[in-house]
Amino acid sequence: MKKWGSTGANLSSLAFLLLLIIVWELTGRAMHIPEYIVPAPSSILKVLLNNMPLLWLHTKTTFYAASMGLVIAVIFAIVLSAFMDKVKIIKKTIYPLLVISQTIPIIALAPIMIIWFGFGILPKVLVVVLVCFFPLAVNLIDGLENVDQELVELLQVMKAGPWRIFKSVQMPSVLPYFFSGLKIAATYSVMGAVIAEWLGASAGLGIYMTRAMHSFSTSSFFAAILIVVVLSMGLFKLIELLAWLFMPWNRVKEE
Amino acid sequence: MHNPKLVIKEVSSSYVHHGRELPVLNAVSLHVEQGEFVSLLGPSGSGKSTLLKIIAGLLRPALGTVILNGKELNGRTVKMGYMPQKDLLLPWKSLLYNAALPLLVQGTGKKEAYGRVRKLLPVFGLEGFENCYPSQLSGGMRQRAALLRTVLIDSEVILLDEPFGALDALTRERLQEWLLQIWEQFKRSVLFITHSIDEAIYLSDRIYMISERPGKIVLEQVISLPRPRARDIVTSPLFTEYKQILMKSLANESI
Repeated sequence: MKKWGSTGANLSSLAFLLLLIIVWELTGRAMHIPEYIVPAPSSILKVLLNNMPLLWLHTKTTFYAASMGLVIAVIFAIVLSAFMDKVKIIKKTIYPLLVISQTIPIIALAPIMIIWFGFGILPKVLVVVLVCFFPLAVNLIDGLENVDQELVELLQVMKAGPWRIFKSVQMPSVLPYFFSGLKIAATYSVMGAVIAEWLGASAGLGIYMTRAMHSFSTSSFFAAILIVVVLSMGLFKLIELLAWLFMPWNRVKEE
Repeated sequence: MHNPKLVIKEVSSSYVHHGRELPVLNAVSLHVEQGEFVSLLGPSGSGKSTLLKIIAGLLRPALGTVILNGKELNGRTVKMGYMPQKDLLLPWKSLLYNAALPLLVQGTGKKEAYGRVRKLLPVFGLEGFENCYPSQLSGGMRQRAALLRTVLIDSEVILLDEPFGALDALTRERLQEWLLQIWEQFKRSVLFITHSIDEAIYLSDRIYMISERPGKIVLEQVISLPRPRARDIVTSPLFTEYKQILMKSLANESI
């Protein structure tokens, strides 16, 4: 039986990571590297503990923008891919544009969003939506294309209605595609929110990072990076758990 | 008294490939009597599967008609016990659900549907495996599950498209014997597609031989071997005689 999370970190990579942290700590001390250039892991931890309430506030803002954007992107991607699958002309028209839109750098989009929508949460959510939408939509479209038509025909011969066919053929065969898109989108979502905040915000880990940089508080900067990593990993794991829960048939494969 | 279950009248079909029209079937006529086991024997690429799809209503013939129980179908899909080459079990559902699918599609309650499937599991040699996913079953078991599902489709005609084509010779022979037992129990009309002469003779009451593309019926042969048929019937003189007739006809066709 395949266990949930078996694709994630294993013991050996954890041990290696620990070793790297120890080496980092020791070389920092031995070579007297100044804190503002490379802070030691221990001082990063100290910042984390001392600034807990403040960091928590910023984390909440970033998480809110990221998760909200992700949810909206999921809804949009499902609606659009369903349309594109049903009406082929829409797909022919929109799909190439979708790909082109991905070549626009997000870092250039974020300031425009701020000019249009101000410094509130809206431009951040929009940036996250833009970043997350593409991997989701592409995976969903691929999934719908790869639905086994013979299975659909089989159900048609049994005189099954469209809802039954969707429920028992299309949806389950698209689910793995959906979840692999969602995993990518989830890790992008935190990054997208941080980039958007970086360029102007009243709260969030992105703005916290720029402030830390301006005051040469490198350890605070690293602490924020650590939170971003934990947040992204957490979302990633959550989605792996959802995939495990929703696709029980995938668990038996590795027997 | 002559009241055939299924009649195919002068069915022709073609498909367009790179702008050219390729004929697939050329005025094919055949019929299946009530409770009769009829095989359609022919080389690969003779349009056998196309004919089956036309009968099942998945394709429309260019010319000709399909008559079921004296009623013209005209490309409408009627409920048919159609079993394509691949077992086409839903990978995300248990054997129990897969087999019960035609009943569930009909609107039978889950409890009753599962009950009926459970009763038939021993006949199909599948007891104890009802909660397995298709990926956990052997090829032979998957074919039997697909056949169980086909039998549960509430129709008097069963269309089988090379159901044992992908199996090894030994499993294939076992399943042939077993199919005959099942058929004698359920007494449905069967139209069986195969490219194996031995398989056709062993199973059938009557054999139609179809030519290479464009498929045309070139021979109709009644098989009057006694039933029930034991495996060693394949060494009897009558069996050999039939085999010679069919082989000669097949050889003439492929030149």
